[in-house]
Amino acid sequence: MNEKIEPILRAENISISFGGLKALDNVSLTINPGEIFAIIGPNGAGKTTMLNVLNGFYKQDEGSIFFEGKKRSKHMKPNVIAAMGIARTFQNLALFTGMSALGNIMVGRTMKMHSNIFSQALYWGFSRKEEIEHRRAVERIIDFLQIENIRRTPASMLPYGLRKRVELARALAAEPKLLLLDEPMAGMNLEEKEDIARFVLDANEELGYTIALIEHDMGVVMDICDRIAVLDFGKKIAEGTPDEVKANPEVVKAYLGTAEG
Amino acid sequence: MAFFFEVLITGLMVGIMYSLVALGFALIFKASDVFNMAQGAMSLFAALALYGFLEQYLHLPLWLALLCTVAAMIIWAYAIVFIVLKPLVNRPPLMLFMATFGVAYLMEGIGQSIYGTQAKGLNLGIPDEMYEVAGIFISSFDLFFAGVAALLVLGLVWFFQKTRNGRALRAVSDDHEAALSVGIPLLKAWTLTWIIAGVVATVAGVAWGTRLGVQFSLSFIALKSLPVLIIGGIDSIPGVILAGLIVGACETLGEVFIGPYVGGGIQTFLPYLLALLVLYFKPYGLFGKEIVERV
Repeated sequence: MNEKIEPILRAENISISFGGLKALDNVSLTINPGEIFAIIGPNGAGKTTMLNVLNGFYKQDEGSIFFEGKKRSKHMKPNVIAAMGIARTFQNLALFTGMSALGNIMVGRTMKMHSNIFSQALYWGFSRKEEIEHRRAVERIIDFLQIENIRRTPASMLPYGLRKRVELARALAAEPKLLLLDEPMAGMNLEEKEDIARFVLDANEELGYTIALIEHDMGVVMDICDRIAVLDFGKKIAEGTPDEVKANPEVVKAYLGTAEG
Repeated sequence: MAFFFEVLITGLMVGIMYSLVALGFALIFKASDVFNMAQGAMSLFAALALYGFLEQYLHLPLWLALLCTVAAMIIWAYAIVFIVLKPLVNRPPLMLFMATFGVAYLMEGIGQSIYGTQAKGLNLGIPDEMYEVAGIFISSFDLFFAGVAALLVLGLVWFFQKTRNGRALRAVSDDHEAALSVGIPLLKAWTLTWIIAGVVATVAGVAWGTRLGVQFSLSFIALKSLPVLIIGGIDSIPGVILAGLIVGACETLGEVFIGPYVGGGIQTFLPYLLALLVLYFKPYGLFGKEIVERV
């Protein structure tokens, strides 16, 4: 028997509706370790809904999710899912605005740190040592994303593009097994888009992260990702390599609104 | 002039108490968007419990009695979060507000049935001597509690700025969803916040109790800390501390220097008047975060 790669995450026949609206209809996805997987589709296709199901914000009505081969309970809370190794960013940014960039990234590392309130009170030295260790790891991420000079800036005062980067840093700080990015390039100019695309590629190639990202705009995605799933009105209409997807008439129809032949 | 400063210092001491109660409010509001009407009752209960452990039922040494009081407040924190708040997650804020009202009455009721209704004198053996500094008399008792309050605030600042759990709580207060997405458990964070609010309430309750006696009017300090919250901005912890001092100083100065002209009783309404003024000019409080909502 051929040795098959165990997918890191497998979503099977996911359906979810809000009131009468079927946001996802029987969608299945497979994300393999080490790849950049993209979910694309026009507005309202259910991309963000899918991400929210994957990280536990929404509970699917039907279908199941397997993470690292094990079926995940439908009622698992998002913080538990995060602790299992799924980190994410948000389309509309969800930084902790009351904190500095560094503070945000340190919070992202919460799950990696073990000292609790009692050890902090009773054995200060241990917590301190741990804190320093994690601070070092966080500095590496800051270096990686080239945000050294804004470490101490309150998140609320950062320009949009940098906020997106800090949010990415916060997600990376958790050293997740699977990183979910919700429109990491939304609202950016071309140069910023290329920056983020490079960081995503580097995070994948140099640091070895498995990444699933959502994009609205096909351009950049086609260049950086290994495989793509296309959603339209809550249904998956195509899945495959960028070239396969580009050639798929269904996809062309969804994006351009016309059917050929 | 010396008299003015003595009055000012008395006012600031009163203000510290307001700050502490308001601090409890602000902590819980920031972490969980709950306006905790039980904050005053928590102070009362802590003072009652300490009296119970110290004099009424058990005659424990002071340090042990204090530990037991804090333990009692921790039990309350768990009970409130898991029995009252957990079933109400994602309900409108007004419901949570009403629930804390219920908790306040419950705490007062339980307090009354365990410890009785009469006022009690709490004596912690803190010396009450007057010192003269540059012609101004200061009571050692006041100084002691000012010191304790300052230590408490510094401790909280350290906790929130430098520790993992403190950062996690700040994260929760900023953005619930984002906090969940990095793996912070909301209920645990809320419990920790209520425990901290309980400890703050203990310090406030014990300080008021030792000075004025432990009586049920203690739970009404909560009402006095409403203007403090408005002036400081409910989501700003330094703002609330400063506002407490301002309110304490203003009401005491007002009572002594303006009171005689209008027949006294200025203390009871001056803080609210100040709050109204602040609302007029700075609707989010002197230090509060301006809320800009996108439509």
